[in-house]
Amino acid sequence: MRRAPPGPLEYLRRWPLRLWLLAVGLFLYVPLVALVVFSFNDSKRNIIWQGFTTKWYAKALTNESLLAAFGNSLTIAALSTIVSVVLGALAAVALWRFRFRGHTLFEGGMALPIVVPEICMGVAMLVFFARILPWPPELPWPINLGPIVIAHIAFTFPFVAVVVRARLQSFDRSQEEAARDLGASDWAAFRDVLIPHLKPSLIAGALLAFTLSLDDFVITFFTAGPDTITFPVKVYSMVRFSVTPEVNAASTLLIVVTVALTVIALRFQKPQELRA
Amino acid sequence: MSIITVEGVSKYFGPVAAVDDVTLSIEEGEFFALLGPSGSGKTTLLRMLAGFETPSTGRITIDGTDMAGIAPNRRPVNTVFQSYAVFPHMSVADNIGYGLKLDGIGRAERANRVNEMLALVQLQGLGERKPDQLSGGQRQRVALARALAKRPRVLLLDEPLSALDAKLREAMRFELASLQHQVGITFVMVTHDQDEALAMATRCAVMDRGRLVQLATPSDLYEFPNSRFVADFIGSVNMVEGVLKTDKPDEALISTQHLGDVYVDHAVLGNVGGTLWLALRPEKIEMRPKGDGPPPQMEDAPAGLNTVAGRIDHIAYLGSESVFEVELESGLKMRVIRPNLTRWDQEDFAEEQPVWLSWHACAPAVLAG
Repeated sequence: MRRAPPGPLEYLRRWPLRLWLLAVGLFLYVPLVALVVFSFNDSKRNIIWQGFTTKWYAKALTNESLLAAFGNSLTIAALSTIVSVVLGALAAVALWRFRFRGHTLFEGGMALPIVVPEICMGVAMLVFFARILPWPPELPWPINLGPIVIAHIAFTFPFVAVVVRARLQSFDRSQEEAARDLGASDWAAFRDVLIPHLKPSLIAGALLAFTLSLDDFVITFFTAGPDTITFPVKVYSMVRFSVTPEVNAASTLLIVVTVALTVIALRFQKPQELRA
Repeated sequence: MSIITVEGVSKYFGPVAAVDDVTLSIEEGEFFALLGPSGSGKTTLLRMLAGFETPSTGRITIDGTDMAGIAPNRRPVNTVFQSYAVFPHMSVADNIGYGLKLDGIGRAERANRVNEMLALVQLQGLGERKPDQLSGGQRQRVALARALAKRPRVLLLDEPLSALDAKLREAMRFELASLQHQVGITFVMVTHDQDEALAMATRCAVMDRGRLVQLATPSDLYEFPNSRFVADFIGSVNMVEGVLKTDKPDEALISTQHLGDVYVDHAVLGNVGGTLWLALRPEKIEMRPKGDGPPPQMEDAPAGLNTVAGRIDHIAYLGSESVFEVELESGLKMRVIRPNLTRWDQEDFAEEQPVWLSWHACAPAVLAG
């Protein structure tokens, strides 16, 4: 049976838009596909395909300094995400809930790390940890990651705050009043009504903070010491010698980890979103 | 003893008085309505009873206790919110049991009370549902059950029926009233819908711009309004301006431009020569076809009074009754309502038909302001 001709708004069934969609898809994904494909290339160089191998994965997974860097990255991301979510959510709730002196200033100031160029944040952090809060480099792991964690919190929590703030707009204040009316203290109303409402935004904010931290290069570069190399910084230093498929393999693993985390987070978020 | 007393309570938002020096008391077991147009301060007054707003001046007592400084969670009242404010992440049973849980009531006892409440609002078997699986009417029942579960001394209802569709709203009026009988708790309801207030309340307080303008039973509000505002706000009315001509202990004459001299069978107790208003309800006007004969004579009025001629301008047939807009010879439009008692009554009159309008001496309410 023949399908009906495309309706006036069915742009996706006309060829120009399909072509456009294809072009966008190619533009976005060809580099990533190339990265993944060449991680299986049996050659020291990345440019010419020589045959299939998984030896670069074996090599990457046995490269101790790379693994250490990966471990550092995950640790930093986890720690800074936890703090960022708490700080960001509290800042958002404070800005939404209360009127106080300097409200506008605080709101604008909080968004500053989002707009300030990363390189400036990096230099600022370098100066900060050199002059104001010196961090002895010989401290044991993971305390020696402190400067990076602090720097990451500083630039990720505003993102959490923005996401949570947006979600707060849809909160029905009378729900909080209903909880109070039924005998809840301020804290109980916050815990039983506001937090459940914010849950999707807390998850989304956490995911954002985690990925921002995990792949940050610029700010980390300025705050990392010789013993506190993170994954992106390590990859950068490997690339400076030569771009081997080992770098591709390591990058592919990182992509897999982040995509998996995103999928898990979306799964977790979906039922709430539907209900809200 | 009154369960609620409000003494000289005002609430200012900046320089604006949302509630302006209101004094009233509500008796135990009453179904009390706070009635007024939007912005009249009725919701603010309710929120002060619930504890969400603090009076700027004056005193509120509930169950004999001064409520100054007492937080909403410590008051012996519970509220049904306009938006229902049912917690979307909790099941129906958890919603209803929430207040009991906060009171530290054990799981088994709580389950009993929740089931009792579900039965009370006829939601048996829906305890495990989530609010988004319920209709608007069912969500409202959950809000009701949740507020009643703690057995408050007073239930506050903020525009409880405004979010329902017309048919359901009418059914819920009876249900709310019978529910109140069943639980025997004092209900205080805020509404802008006069039908709702008249249908359910035992007494109504009419508010206008923050002030309490009249506090009376529904029938007194309708039949004996104390001001043009109340007469106009409750039901529909024909308002005619006049001047007091004679004022005796058991009769008075008010001369009007549109209705001629109007005779009433009671004293007005006003200044002769002063301006007055006559509020004449549409259903209290009798309409007769105007033929060649003399005007109809009302037996309780002097000859030729309380009757005017007019012409039907427009007819709205509403099924149970018909509403007529009659243009008087003076140009004033009067509204007349006739019940359709038989299945042919609506055919008695046609548009453009000349008619006589007449009313009894006791029909108009005479208002000074």
